[in-house]
Amino acid sequence: MTRDLALALLQVLVVAGGAPLLVGGVRTLKARLVGRRGPRLLQPYADLAKLLRKEAVVSTTTSWIFRITPYVLMSTMVVAALIVPLFLARPVLDFAGLVLLMYLFVFGTFFLALAGLDAGSAFGGMGSSREVAVAALAEPTIVVAILALALRAESTNLGAIVERFAREPQLAANPGHLLAFAALFLVMLAETGRLPVDNPATHLELTMIHEAMVLEYSGHYLALVEWASAMKLFLFMALLANLFFPWGMPGSSELGSLAIGLVILIAKLTVLTVGLAVLETVVAKLRLFRVPEMLAGSFALALLSVLSVFLLK
Amino acid sequence: MAALVYTVTAIAGIAAGVVGIGGVFGATFTVHIARIVPLGGLELAMDPLAGLFLALVGLTTAATSLYAIGYAGAARGAYAYLAFVTALGLVPLAANAMTFLLAWEIMSLASWVLVLDRRDDADVQRAAWVYAVMTHAGLACLLAGMLLLAAHTGSLRFADWRAAAPALAPAIRNAVWVLLALGFASKAGVVPLHVWLPLAHPAAPSHVSALMSGAMIKLGIYGLLRVGLEWAGPGPTWWGGTLLMLGVVSALVGILSALVDTDLKRLLAFSSIENVGVILIGVGSALLFVRAGTEALAAIALVAALYHTVNHAAFKALLFLGAGAVAHATGTRNMDAHGGLIKRLPWTAACFLVGAVSISALPPFNGFVSEWLTFQALLQSVRVAEPGVSLLFAIGTAGLALTAGLTAACFVKAFGITFLALPRSDAAAHAHEATATMRWAMAGLAAACVALGLGATVVVPAVTRVAASMLGAAVAPLHGTTLTFSVGADFASLSPLLIAAALGAGLVAPRVFLVVAGSPRRARLGETWGCGRILQTARMQYTAGAFADPFKRVFRFFYRPVKRREVVAHPDSRFFVRRIEYANPARALFEEWLYHPVLRGLVGITHRVQALQSGNAAAYLGYILAALLILLVVR
Repeated sequence: MTRDLALALLQVLVVAGGAPLLVGGVRTLKARLVGRRGPRLLQPYADLAKLLRKEAVVSTTTSWIFRITPYVLMSTMVVAALIVPLFLARPVLDFAGLVLLMYLFVFGTFFLALAGLDAGSAFGGMGSSREVAVAALAEPTIVVAILALALRAESTNLGAIVERFAREPQLAANPGHLLAFAALFLVMLAETGRLPVDNPATHLELTMIHEAMVLEYSGHYLALVEWASAMKLFLFMALLANLFFPWGMPGSSELGSLAIGLVILIAKLTVLTVGLAVLETVVAKLRLFRVPEMLAGSFALALLSVLSVFLLK
Repeated sequence: MAALVYTVTAIAGIAAGVVGIGGVFGATFTVHIARIVPLGGLELAMDPLAGLFLALVGLTTAATSLYAIGYAGAARGAYAYLAFVTALGLVPLAANAMTFLLAWEIMSLASWVLVLDRRDDADVQRAAWVYAVMTHAGLACLLAGMLLLAAHTGSLRFADWRAAAPALAPAIRNAVWVLLALGFASKAGVVPLHVWLPLAHPAAPSHVSALMSGAMIKLGIYGLLRVGLEWAGPGPTWWGGTLLMLGVVSALVGILSALVDTDLKRLLAFSSIENVGVILIGVGSALLFVRAGTEALAAIALVAALYHTVNHAAFKALLFLGAGAVAHATGTRNMDAHGGLIKRLPWTAACFLVGAVSISALPPFNGFVSEWLTFQALLQSVRVAEPGVSLLFAIGTAGLALTAGLTAACFVKAFGITFLALPRSDAAAHAHEATATMRWAMAGLAAACVALGLGATVVVPAVTRVAASMLGAAVAPLHGTTLTFSVGADFASLSPLLIAAALGAGLVAPRVFLVVAGSPRRARLGETWGCGRILQTARMQYTAGAFADPFKRVFRFFYRPVKRREVVAHPDSRFFVRRIEYANPARALFEEWLYHPVLRGLVGITHRVQALQSGNAAAYLGYILAALLILLVVR
């Protein structure tokens, strides 16, 4: 029991501790790809530390919703970090599956969107309205991709899916599997506010989504919100890596195999990070009202993946 | 006097709830009084399904009655309310057709009287008129279907129908199912028979809207379950397939309409259509699974549908009561005249938030558990071999997912625009909190939402008993503190209590971290940042219409928006604009495209038929003669 709790805590620590590094990695790589030197790899940690020391300014228009939202957001990410398989095929708290994970992300978006409305500025409302629109349109893709995975693995429990694919790699060596991966990758871009859906590096465009919504946050509130966003990116990437390429995930929780699992996780995430940075460098931001077309495309991919299960049976 | 009636109904509601829960756990009784009702007498019988719906009706009534005691809008109509709740309780207990139809009609008439609350308002009159027509068209279908069944089974008792159903000819069963399903679907508000619902729900006083939405439309679901699984027996694949597709269409049409509406109560009414759709997805899946011979899967789908029925009663009643408190405090249901109410009505706001979070299916609240079960039932379609049926399930899965996302967006709007930011009108700025009994009623329903979510491991076995009583198959989706499906190896598991504990720990952990990290956690009050402008006014913030704009663009093919813009320029120069009028009205597409053509056709036919009615007595005698002759020849 204590061992299980310790492992669960370790999962949260890895996600919380690794998330800023991941964000820093993407930023540095993107800078290098366009010929800039870019910030240090560890700059996001310094940013968080700075924000934590600063005094927050809270609008008089806001209510308790605004103040509680950063904590709610962080809470959903902590729970998500408990259930996503990171370095163990079967996470310790195996009480929930992909459907819960999807709703946890909706939970965070729900409160963040309320907080965006709470300050009563046009920017916040605009960001909220756009964020919930993108999130709502991403939902069908997520669930249909889950269906595609569940059809092959015969389970929606995250641990069971990973174990099944690790045991029978021929299940994963399948074009339908790659289609589902592509669908979920596109959704990740939309859900975590990356290019070409949203530009994480700007406050200056009228097309911004996420940054508009959190515009009123400052100080430790902003630190929590930014940190939670980074954790969401980390979780999505880890999920993609381990669901679709589950090789090398240790089944036992011995100290040695944990270390191996951690190294393999880092390797997988590095590959995905490079992929994300390259993608963000070569694509331009989509016009806001073209985003639904992209999400419809990802939905079509997920649906094809489901159909291929029946065709290739 | 009114207060006495409401006190009595509140107590009776709790009693009915207790009796109903007893029924769920296997208590049965029958009542038979021969002479009160013609054709078989008053006949009541308790079984698990009746118990579940009686408990639902009773407990919802208890909350709405408590609310009504302190609600100024409930001063009139107490006797109609009494008749309404009595009929609501009798419908699930009825054991023969006459008792059922009488209770059903009293329920419809009493709610019609309650809808006509502000009877000098033209909109209310129209709402009541549409409601009366729709509910009686539905009653006609029910009557025809039940008479057909009675003619072929030789009995008006439901128990006899159940026994005789498997032996009936398929054509008769199909005809009965279509007629009864039409009647029940019109009461449940299934698209395209939903047009009365967004008119009637907002027109009624809020405690009645809550009861209509929470309890009355659920009796349509009750009827669909009875006819689909018992009265007309298990049917062909197209019954379940039709219900599943109608469910998807209702869910999407309902939530898309809710998303762009600015009338808080009409938004909730549209959302009821959406939730009935979600319930129907479960019911349709259950019928499909029964057809495929997988009773264990059917039980999961049925548990999901029944659980969502109960949950919807809890959170939709709560939201309607909250909307009533808001409308009463501000004098308007228009969300664009609300805003900032969280400061003036903190209790109502907190309760409404619980309702909004529950209906958006956020874990670990009750809506999440039942939507999770519905998703699992759909994902289980892995185990049904037929590709055509699998495709239906895939469509159902995707439709439900889109609905879930849009619901969250819709209730961000409903709560955010109504309760947050600056008040958009004087009335909203000076709104007052609800009275004590209103607050208690809302708090009770909010507690029910939380309890139904956290207590899923207690509720699911109870609901499973109901499902098992209908399907004859027992499944035990339970394992300690976790809901687990034993179907297949380990398909899915969920523990609402653990999720709640983890979320709670997750709330505390960042706080602890901030303290440990030495963050000052100081907050200075300031103004909202506004690009350098001096004064912040409510006109700068987003409105309900603006919030829904991205959806209006994305779903253009559904909304078919029309824009009217009228610019009046100065006569000397068109560059000096005197007045601009802009309107972007929501269109009632189903009325425009389905009902108006049908009604026009009907009116045309009646004009033709009018030629027969010449006013000449000799001609009428001639008709009688002709009819007699035809009858003789046909014989």
